[in-house]
Amino acid sequence: MPSTVQEPWPWYIAGPLIGLTVPALLLLGNKAFGISSNLRHLCAVCFPAKIPYFQYDYKSESWNLWFAAGIMAGAFLAMQFLHGDGHVAVAPALQQELSGYGINDYSSQVPVQLYNWPALLTLRGWLLLVGGGFLVGFGTRYANGCTSGHSIFGLSTLQWPSLVATVCFMLGGFLMANYILPVLLRL
Amino acid sequence: MKKNIRFFIVGSLFGIVFLKAQIISWFRIQEMFRFQSFHMYGVIGSAVITGLLSVLLIRKFNIKTMAGEEVVIPRKPFNKGTVIGGLLFGLGWGLTGSCPGPIFAQLGMGVPVAIVVLLSAMTGTWVYGLLRDRLPH
Repeated sequence: MPSTVQEPWPWYIAGPLIGLTVPALLLLGNKAFGISSNLRHLCAVCFPAKIPYFQYDYKSESWNLWFAAGIMAGAFLAMQFLHGDGHVAVAPALQQELSGYGINDYSSQVPVQLYNWPALLTLRGWLLLVGGGFLVGFGTRYANGCTSGHSIFGLSTLQWPSLVATVCFMLGGFLMANYILPVLLRL
Repeated sequence: MKKNIRFFIVGSLFGIVFLKAQIISWFRIQEMFRFQSFHMYGVIGSAVITGLLSVLLIRKFNIKTMAGEEVVIPRKPFNKGTVIGGLLFGLGWGLTGSCPGPIFAQLGMGVPVAIVVLLSAMTGTWVYGLLRDRLPH
């Protein structure tokens, strides 16, 4: 295996490959790239509870669940055969800040000191995993799209609502990372 | 199932890129929101340019889908949810370091606790569905 495949890939390889998902899905079946719709499909399949938002023909959207299943399979393959969870080189300024919260394990792409079962019993771990997950699910459906649907597909097709959405995503993330997360991680 | 296997394959290529370019890394997302690294801006920017050029080429040469259909690009409507929902998702993205795609990738790479993030995201979507008529749009 060439070492370039094993090493983390640079942005100018990864970005174009991700961008090619847009024409690939369009040409393979006239499908619009957008992953967060799957959260709605999963709700419609698992517990629709007579809520109108979950009454629709989700079977006609099953291609997207296959796409999501593919992401899981690809991640699994990358872990097994492509050294997918290689060392994460983190900016020194971020390392310094995180060490103040007791986060200094860079062996995985997720911070193992926050992403584990016992962390769920701590306030900061619970807020990060449960609270954060809730905001992702609620916010993406309320905004009618996420990074893939708005920031990649919507911007690629020159739709101004997606530009507004992307600016709001970045603003929310900026506020969280710089002003709220530092407080939460001290809990 | 047969007609869906192609989407499974595109998804798996996508999942490989997610891991290999560390797009699913919580640390990369934190760097992005703190302007400490160019990586994520480069990824998203070059992805948009590639998508944009591809769509222009499809339009210019009137390329049809595999089934011979005209390519249809669904419109993204604008409403108050674009702003409010967008901000709420941004807050969640900054917290978990995951947008919906990476949650699936984390499950695949063997982070079992990511199932909690997925179930919480499904709960968030479910609550949105429940309250939809009462939320400003």
